[in-house]
Amino acid sequence: MLWALAPLLFLSVPLLAIVVQAMASGTLIEHLASPMVTTALGLSAVTTITTLLLSVLLGTPLAYLLARRRFPGHNLVDALVDLPIVVPPVVAGVALLTIFGRRGLLGQFLAGAGLEVAFTTLAVILAQTFVAAPFYIRAAKLGFQGVDPMLERVSTTLGVSDMATFRRITLPLALPSLLSGCVMTWARAMGEFGATIMFAGNLRGRTQTMPLAIYSALESDLGSALALAVILIIASFGILWLFRRFTVDRGNPYA
Amino acid sequence: MLTRGEGWRHKPLGARFQVMVFAALLLAACSVSTNKEGGASDDATSKELTVFAAASLTAPLEELGREFTRLHPSVKMTFNFAGSDRLRMQLEQGARADVFASANELEMLKAKAGGLLASSPQVFARNRLVLITPRDNPGNVNRLQDLARSGLKLITTGKNTPVGAYTFQALEKMGEDPLFGADFKELVLANVVSEETNVKAIVGKVQMGEADAGIVYASDVTPGLKPKVETIPIPDRYNAIAIYPIAALSTAQFPAVASQFIDYILSDPGQAILAGHNFIRSR
Repeated sequence: MLWALAPLLFLSVPLLAIVVQAMASGTLIEHLASPMVTTALGLSAVTTITTLLLSVLLGTPLAYLLARRRFPGHNLVDALVDLPIVVPPVVAGVALLTIFGRRGLLGQFLAGAGLEVAFTTLAVILAQTFVAAPFYIRAAKLGFQGVDPMLERVSTTLGVSDMATFRRITLPLALPSLLSGCVMTWARAMGEFGATIMFAGNLRGRTQTMPLAIYSALESDLGSALALAVILIIASFGILWLFRRFTVDRGNPYA
Repeated sequence: MLTRGEGWRHKPLGARFQVMVFAALLLAACSVSTNKEGGASDDATSKELTVFAAASLTAPLEELGREFTRLHPSVKMTFNFAGSDRLRMQLEQGARADVFASANELEMLKAKAGGLLASSPQVFARNRLVLITPRDNPGNVNRLQDLARSGLKLITTGKNTPVGAYTFQALEKMGEDPLFGADFKELVLANVVSEETNVKAIVGKVQMGEADAGIVYASDVTPGLKPKVETIPIPDRYNAIAIYPIAALSTAQFPAVASQFIDYILSDPGQAILAGHNFIRSR
C-alpha cells in the first residue's frame, strides 16, 4: 500500500525545493544571523506560545461543555466555534478591527482609557488566537467525546471530586487529541498572516512575525525571503517532529 | 469517521465511484486551464491584455481600460494592481503579462535590466504626495511639522515600494529646512506603526481611523475618499514628484494591442482621464 505515500510528494517537494535552493545560494548562514530574522523568529515564538496557552486555557472548558452537554443552541455554538477557520484571514483582521480598533465597539472605550490594541504585539496574539483556537477546541471536543462518560461517573461515585476526576480520568484519556489540537493550533498561529497584517500591522520587533517578515523581504530581495522561509520550514518541522517523537500515538487502540 | 469500535455496518463508498469522482474533478480542473489558452490562440475575436500596474493607478487604469475596450471591443483587460516592486518581482519570477506600469523609474529600470521589456519605457504620468488624516483627526495633525510629535501612529510602506521611497525623499527635504529640524526624518519614522505593501493599504488604514496620518499620492484622494479624510498639501519644495513609466513586456501575447493601449494612454483623451484622477499629465 506504499503507493498511498504519493501525495506526500506534492506536499513536501515544493518546501524541500526552497530549502535546497536557499542552501545552494550559499548565503543562508549570514541570513540566519541578521536582525530581521532573529527578531521575527523571537516574536513568532513568543506570540504563538502565548496563543497556544490562551487557546488551551479558554478552549478546554468550552470543548468539555460541547462534548458532555447538549443544550439549546448547541449546534449554533458548534458552528460559531468553527467559523473563524472558514473565514478568510484578512476578513478576520477586519472583524477584529471592528471590535478592537480605535473606532471599534470595544476599542473606542479602551482608547478612552489609553489602551490601544491595534498595531501592538497584543494584537498579534489576538489575531493568532482568533484563527487558531478553533482547531484546539475542535480536537479537544472530539477527545472528550471519546472518553466514556461512565468512567467519569464511576469516579465521582467513588467520592472523587469533579476536578480530580477530570484531571486523573478524562484528561489522560483525551490527551492524544488535546496534544494533536495543540500542534494544529500552534502551527496555524505560526503561519498566520492576513489577520495579523490587517489588525496588528507590520513593524519589526513589535508585530512582524516570520510570515510577515518573509512577505516584506519579498519586496527587497528574494534571497532574504527564501532564507527566512527555510528557517521557518526547518524550525516548524523540527518542532512537529519532536512532538511526534515524544508523544506515543495512543490514538488507535486497535492498531 | 467510522472505526471498527463503533460498528462497521455500511460498506465504504465503492472504489469505482471514488475513481469516477476523482476523474470528474480532474477533468473540470483541466477544462478551466485549457479555456484560457484556447481562447487566446483559436478565437481571433477575443484578445486578453494583462496589465501589471502600481496600486495608485487602480482608478485611472480601470477607467482607461473601460474606454479602451469600448474602442476595441475584442479586447478583454485584466489588471493586477500591487506595489510596483512586488509586481516587478512577480514578473522576474515568470509571471506573464503584456504591459507594466510602475510608480517609479527604479522598478522599470530593474525590469529592463532583467530583460523583461519589449519596448523602451515612456513616462505617461506624474504624481505628487499629500498628507492625509482621518476626518476627525484623532492625532491632531494640522501641519507637516506635527508628524514628528511623539506618540503619533503613522503608516508608511517599506522604502522599497515607490510611495515609501518618495516619502523618504520628502522627509529628507523637510529635514534640510530649519523649520523642521535636522532629526525630523528620524522622529517621524519613529512614529511609524506599520509598513504596508502598497499605498492603498495606507489609504485604507487612515480611512478606517486606525492611523493618525499617512503620506499618499494626490491621486489617491478620490472623490469617494475626500469626505472621509483631511488632506494637507505638501509644498513643492518638499514634495517628491513621482514619475510613472509604462512599457510593453517581452512576454506579451498580443504586442500590437499592448502598443495600442500604451498609445491610448499617451494620447490626449487618455491623458485627460489621468488628469481627471488627479494625476499630472506627462503630455
